[in-house]
Amino acid sequence: MKPRFSQLAALAAGDSRADRVVPPTGYSAWLTAFTAGAMAFLAVFALALSLAAGRLAERWGTELAQTSTVRISAPQDQLAAQTKAALNVLETTPGVASARALSLAEETALLAPWFGIDLPLDSLPIPQLIEVTETGAGYDAGALRLRLAAEAPGALLDDHSRWRQPLVAAADRLRTLGILSILLIAAATAAMVTLAANAALAANSQVIEVMRLVGARDVYIARAFVRRFTLRTLTGAAMGTAAGAIAIAFMPSTAGAGGFLTGLGFSGAEWLVAALIPVLAAMAAFWATRAAAFRTLRKLT
Amino acid sequence: MIELRDVAYSYGGGELLSDISLKMAPGSFHFLTGPSGAGKTTLMKLCYGELLASAGSVRIFGTEAREMSRDDVSRARRRIGVVHQACQFLDHLPISENVALPLTVAGRDADAEAANLSDLLAWVGLTERAGALPPSLSGGERQRAALARAVIMSPEVILADEPTGNIDWDMSVRLLSLLIELNKMGKTVLIATHDMNLIRTAKHEVNARVLRISKRRLQLAGADL
Repeated sequence: MKPRFSQLAALAAGDSRADRVVPPTGYSAWLTAFTAGAMAFLAVFALALSLAAGRLAERWGTELAQTSTVRISAPQDQLAAQTKAALNVLETTPGVASARALSLAEETALLAPWFGIDLPLDSLPIPQLIEVTETGAGYDAGALRLRLAAEAPGALLDDHSRWRQPLVAAADRLRTLGILSILLIAAATAAMVTLAANAALAANSQVIEVMRLVGARDVYIARAFVRRFTLRTLTGAAMGTAAGAIAIAFMPSTAGAGGFLTGLGFSGAEWLVAALIPVLAAMAAFWATRAAAFRTLRKLT
Repeated sequence: MIELRDVAYSYGGGELLSDISLKMAPGSFHFLTGPSGAGKTTLMKLCYGELLASAGSVRIFGTEAREMSRDDVSRARRRIGVVHQACQFLDHLPISENVALPLTVAGRDADAEAANLSDLLAWVGLTERAGALPPSLSGGERQRAALARAVIMSPEVILADEPTGNIDWDMSVRLLSLLIELNKMGKTVLIATHDMNLIRTAKHEVNARVLRISKRRLQLAGADL
């Protein structure tokens, strides 16, 4: 039986007399609300993780996709000539916005994290790096490699795809895992509500029997249980979501250190997505209780 | 109103009722008697759609019971007041709300019908006990509350299954007089009982048809009284 809009409206509006028909059960009510709250708390983190992973994948994809590096490894006496030739090739390549040879100071800075700042790099045969910035349309990497090989044999084009693709794939996988976690949390919430609803229906078999005897329709009886469990779940999930959101909002900043944790949180419209968690939990509770109630009622004549 | 034709009912591999035919005309009064386990309660349940016949036809307000949806059965039950021996209530609600329960589930405004509820509680002598919870009521009070609940929707048929089984003789007579009063208001009444004294008492006040279930079959039992 599919719920009509009028039935959903009736559920939302409530009926104080109908609500009183099912006796109050404090223990299971608190248990349902607490579990829904805990699930919503976890869902907030799963959502934050998923959104952060999505942003990270996008950032890595965009930033690394717009730049490339040409590394020239040649004998010292040929290094300047090959660098010049490579720059000439790059400047005449469609899709290359700019090409710039890194200074020794810049290369020293790049190697400093590994070798320290005092290493006399000027005495070492380190390759020359050329930073290439692409236009929006990008260039033909295959053709550029062929031209570089012809003009500057020691030049090696690195378009970052070797780094970018695994990073983006990892971030995408992380986002998928976040979404999967949210779905699992929703399924676990529905399962928990189903168990609680089944227990409540079994405990109230006399109530159901009396209501059937006096002419209550299945939808009326089901609604009394559905409304109770939906509201319990909504209340618990709202509290859990609020607690999770506060925890996320007050997470210590790691902006100075950079890295993945910097993005763990919500911004702008993402807060609205977090606000949907209690609604989704309530919907899961609605369908789970409704299915359990009708399944139980169908067993009765 | 309710008509059974060649009805059989089997349970657990054995036939409990066989070849049962019964027609309850509007305003009629019936007693259903027979030994314990003869199938009186089963026959009652067939009459209000709680059970479905294994064979034959049960028509409730003109509709074949087998063809009724669950909602149809619910709607039919609003036209049939049922009183059981072990009358069940919602123990967490006061008697007044239990009596008004059929109005609540039918979506009618119980507050608007408060005067009717008050009159009904007075009629069954439970005005003073309106706020009491069901577990605190005596057997007789429970039966009268069940009767009030059964008639609050002004049903056309009242089915009472051993309504005097748990109460003393004075209270049984009082309950019987209430049922006879309802019959005189035009309600169709069927009482299942094994209390022959109750039937003899009723025969003085109402033109009742007495039926007996014996050896799975239904027969007229008037000659025994």
